[in-house]
Amino acid sequence: MEEKNFICTACPMGCKLIVRMENDEVIQVLGHRCRRGEGYGRQEATAPKRMLATTVRTINGKHPLLPVYTSSEVPKAKMAEILAILRQVEISCPVKMGDVVLENIADTGIDILASRDM
Amino acid sequence: MSKNEYDILIIGGGVVGSMIARWLSRYELRLLLIEKEADLCMGSSAANTAIIHAGYDPVPGSLKAALNVRGNAMYDQLSAELGFAFERPGDMVVAVGEEEWPNLLALHEFGKQNAVPDMHLFDAAEVKKREPHINPNAIGALWAGTTGIVDPFQATIAAAENAVMNGAEVLLNTAFTDFIIENKRVVGVKTTRGEMRARWVINAAGIYADAVMHKANTGKDFKITPRRGEYFVFDPADVQINNVLFPVPSAKGKGILVTTTVHGNTIAGPNAQVIDDKEDTATTSAGMDEVIAGAQKLIPSINPRFTIATFAGLRAMGNAACKTPGVNYHADFLIEVSPEIGGLINVAGIESPGLSASPAIAEYVIEVLKDAGETLIEKKDWNPIRPARPRFRELSHAQRQELVKLDPAYARVICRCENITEAEIVREIHAPIPATTYDAIKRRTWLGTGRCQGGFDSPLISKILARELKLSELEISKRGEGSNFLFRETKSVEELER
Amino acid sequence: MKESYDVVVIGAGPAGLASAIEAKKSGADKVLVIERDREPGGILLQCIHNGFGLHTFKEDLPGPAYAQRFIDEAASVGVDLLLDTMVMEVSEERQLWLSSASKGYFSLDAKAVVLAMGCRERTRAQIRIPGMRPSGVFTAGTAQRWVNVEGYMPGKRFVILGSGDIGMIMARRLTLEGAKVESVLEVQNYLSGLMRNYVQCLEDWNVPLHLRHTVKRVIGKNRVEAVEAVAVDEKWQFIPGTERIIPCDTLLLSVGLIPENELSKQAGVKLDPITGGPVVDQNFQTNLAGVFAAGNVVHVYDLVDYVSEAGDQAGKAAALFAQSLLTPAKKTIPVKAGKNVRYVVPHTLDPLALEKEDIVLQCRVSQPIEEDVWFEVRNENQSIVRRSDRYARPGEMVSVKLTPSMFADVMQADALTLDIYAKSEA
Repeated sequence: MEEKNFICTACPMGCKLIVRMENDEVIQVLGHRCRRGEGYGRQEATAPKRMLATTVRTINGKHPLLPVYTSSEVPKAKMAEILAILRQVEISCPVKMGDVVLENIADTGIDILASRDM
Repeated sequence: MSKNEYDILIIGGGVVGSMIARWLSRYELRLLLIEKEADLCMGSSAANTAIIHAGYDPVPGSLKAALNVRGNAMYDQLSAELGFAFERPGDMVVAVGEEEWPNLLALHEFGKQNAVPDMHLFDAAEVKKREPHINPNAIGALWAGTTGIVDPFQATIAAAENAVMNGAEVLLNTAFTDFIIENKRVVGVKTTRGEMRARWVINAAGIYADAVMHKANTGKDFKITPRRGEYFVFDPADVQINNVLFPVPSAKGKGILVTTTVHGNTIAGPNAQVIDDKEDTATTSAGMDEVIAGAQKLIPSINPRFTIATFAGLRAMGNAACKTPGVNYHADFLIEVSPEIGGLINVAGIESPGLSASPAIAEYVIEVLKDAGETLIEKKDWNPIRPARPRFRELSHAQRQELVKLDPAYARVICRCENITEAEIVREIHAPIPATTYDAIKRRTWLGTGRCQGGFDSPLISKILARELKLSELEISKRGEGSNFLFRETKSVEELER
Repeated sequence: MKESYDVVVIGAGPAGLASAIEAKKSGADKVLVIERDREPGGILLQCIHNGFGLHTFKEDLPGPAYAQRFIDEAASVGVDLLLDTMVMEVSEERQLWLSSASKGYFSLDAKAVVLAMGCRERTRAQIRIPGMRPSGVFTAGTAQRWVNVEGYMPGKRFVILGSGDIGMIMARRLTLEGAKVESVLEVQNYLSGLMRNYVQCLEDWNVPLHLRHTVKRVIGKNRVEAVEAVAVDEKWQFIPGTERIIPCDTLLLSVGLIPENELSKQAGVKLDPITGGPVVDQNFQTNLAGVFAAGNVVHVYDLVDYVSEAGDQAGKAAALFAQSLLTPAKKTIPVKAGKNVRYVVPHTLDPLALEKEDIVLQCRVSQPIEEDVWFEVRNENQSIVRRSDRYARPGEMVSVKLTPSMFADVMQADALTLDIYAKSEA
C-alpha cells in the first residue's frame, strides 16, 4: 500500500489529504472535509492536472508577448512538453480574447487561448 | 597640441575634480577630466549629508578650516551661476544634557577662531521654538547662520558641464592605471582607454588618491583611510524637520545629524566606521541601528519605519600634517604640487568639509598652479553661467503648460512619486555629460528616489535609455559595467537553464 | 475632451473600470477614466496567471482576460478613456490637473471622483536590508512586468523574500521561463498568501519554502552575487549560527503592498494609518464630499472579484452624488477593529443605509487561527451578527454581511466592533 500526501486546493481551506493507493488505484482518501476534497484527492493521486498560463511571442503585436492560457486543465505530466512547444511558437496579431491560438496542444484535446485582445 | 595631449589632466570626477575643471576652464588651457565610473559623482560626492558647513568644526589654522569658510561664502553666487539647488537654512548644534554644554562652548570658540560669521548661542526655549520635535532634554544650541544645504549631484554635474561648455573634455568609464614619467616628471597618464599626455596632472581621486600617488613612487607615508558612514532618508510625509541639526561633536567627528535637504526629505547620519575595503559601501545592521539611535538623540520621534532609502559613503580621511606652524593636526587637506616629482598636483584627503570647501579648493589649486609658474591666460569668452534645465515638478501649473507646449514629452510623467517627466530624462541622456545609466538619470533628475524607489519607473527607464542610446534593453545598466538589469529575452530558447 | 465630467475615475484597473461602468449604469452621463499606462487593464495586464473571475463570471480566467471583459463593457456603455495620462493633483472641489503627452497639461472639473490607483510594493529600503545597492534587487511586481509584458528576464538565479501571492506566482513564472528559483524565504511561521499558490507555484515546481527565515544582507556591488539568509525567532530576531549564503543574481521582494496614496494625501483625504488607504464609509466615500475610493487603493484585496464589487459600490455612489441623489448621512457610526482584527473597512457607516440594503464589512485577521472561528459584529450591548468559518488567515480577506434585518440593532449603536476569535475561546 502506498500513501500520498496532498494539500487540497478545491477551496481555500487547504485540508491535508492522505490518499491510500494499492496497485495504482485509490482505495481511500482521508483528511478531506467535503466531497470536492475527496474528488481532488483521487484526481491528484492518479492523474493530476493544472491550468497553465504563460506567454507566447507575437508577430505584429502591440507587445512582444501575448498572454495565453489553456482552455481547461491539462495533465501535469504533459506540462513540460506543452511549455516547450509554446516557447517556439509565434502568434500573428491581431487576436481577440478567447481566440484559439493553438488547437489540441500536445495531443491533449485542449486548446491554447489568447488571454486578451492584441 | 595633438589629440591626447593636454595642458592639465584631472583624475577624478567627484565634486572636487569637477570644481577644479570648472575653475580651470576659465583659462586658455586644454583640459581633460577622467572618471573611472560610468558617471561623475559616484564616489564620496554621492554619499554625504549634502551640507555646506559653516566652518566652526575644523581645527583652527588648518587648510580645512580656511577653505571651508571660504567655500561656504561662495555658494550663493556659484549656485546661481551653475543652476543647482542650494539653500541657507543655518544650523543648530544641539546640546542634550548639561554635560554637553562645555563642548558646545568650545565649538563656538573654534568658530570664532575660524572667523565664522553669524554664530549665536540659543537657550532651550529658542531651540524648542525652532524645532518642536527636538529632544525635550535639549538645553541649548550653537546657531550658525551660514550653514547651507545643497544637491551635491547637481553641483558636481553642473560644474563639470560648465567646464565642458567652456571647452573642457570629460571622459567617463576611463580609469587611471599608471603615470607616464619622463625625467622625473609626470608627463601623462595611462588609462583603460589609452594614454594621455599633460603638462600637469591633478590627483583628485578621492578615496584612491593615495594609490594614485603611490603609482609615481611618491607619498609613501601618505595614507587614505576609508571611514564609512551610513545614512537614512525618511519619507517627508512622516518626518518634517525644517532644520539642520547636529549633535555636539565627539572625538569621532561631527556625529549623527538629522537634517532637512533641498528636496524636502529629512536624512539622518552618518556614523563613522573605519574599514579596509575601499569598495565597501554597504549599509550594515549595526551601523543602521547606530544611526537611528543617534538620530533619536536629537529627534526622539524618528522611527525606522519612516525609511524611504538607505545608503552609505566613504570618507577619504588622509594623514597629512597641517602646515600651519603650531597647529598639531594630522588629517588636513593635502593640496600641493608634489614635492617628490614634477608635474603632479595632489588634492588628497578631501573628506568633510570637502563638499563645502570644493569651490575654494578649486580657487586654491589655481593659486598653486600660479605659484608653480603657470601663466594662466583668461579666456575672453568664458561663460560662468550654466543654465539649469527645467524641472517639471518645481513648476506651477501655468509654467508646466508652457513647457508642455514646447515639448509634449514634458507631459509624460515617468516617475510617479517625484513627478519626473520623459523630456527631462531624454535631455539628461543627451546632456554635455551624458546620463547613460539608471543611476545617472536618478542623480540628475531625482527620479526613483520616492516611495516606490524605482518600482514603477525602472521598466520605463530601461526602454527610454535603450531607445535614446540606440541599444538593446539588455545593455542597459544601473550603474555601469556589470550592473545590467536584464539578462535575456523571456523566450530566448538558447538560454534555457535546467 | 470635455471640460467637466459627472464622474472621473483615476485608474483603469479592475476597480476603476468597474466603478466607471456602474457609474454609467447608475445614471451618470459623462464618465471618464484616466490611466497612466498606454492601455487599460491596470495590474491585471501583467497577472497572466489564472484565478480571476471565479465569483464574478464563474470562470477561472487569467488576469488580462478578466480585464478585457471590463474594458469591453466600459467601451460599450460609453465610458470615456484617457490613456498615457497622469493625474497630478485633485482639489477638494474636485478640480483635477492632468498631464498627457497627447492632450497636453490641463485641468478639468468633476462632480464626483473615484480614486482607483491601486497599490505599490514595499521596498527594500522600507525593510532595511543591509548591503550595497547592486542591480538585481527588485520587487516582485516590477520583475513580473518585465517577464510578462516587456519580455525580459531580469535574472537567472533568484531568491524570493516573502511568501505573499505575488512572490509565489513569480516563483512559478520564473521557473516556467527557465530560471532557477533557489528559495522562498518567509519571516513569519505561516504562509503569507493563499494555500492554492503554495501548491501550484512552490510544490508543483519544487521551489523550497523556508518559514521563519529572512535575508540578513545582500552581497554584491554592481549586481547581486548572493544573499545571506538567516533563521529568525518569533520576534523576527536573527538566530546566530543559522546564516547561509545563497548564491544568486536576483533578490525579489514580495513583502507587502501599500495603497498608492500620493494623490489621496495631496487632496487632503484622511488616511487610515493601518491600511495606508483612505478612511471610507459604506459608499466608499472619503472624508471629502464627492471623493470616493475603491479597490487596492483602500486596502489590499486578495481576490479581484471583490475589487470589482467595491468598484460597483463606489461607482454607483459616485454617480448618485454627481446627480445630487446621494443623501448625506445624518449620523455615522464608527466600525472598529476588535479582537484579532487588523483593520475593518468601511471605517464608518450610515445606519440608515442598512434599512434597504446590505452592508458588507471586510477585514483581515492579525494572526492565523487554524480552527473553527467566529466573526462577530456587536454594538456596546449585544452581538448583532455572528458567522463562522473553519479558520481565519491574514492572507485571506474576510467579509461579514450586515443585512436590513439588523437595522434596529445597528440604529441604536454608537459604534460597531468586529471581532474574530476561535470558537474554543467563546
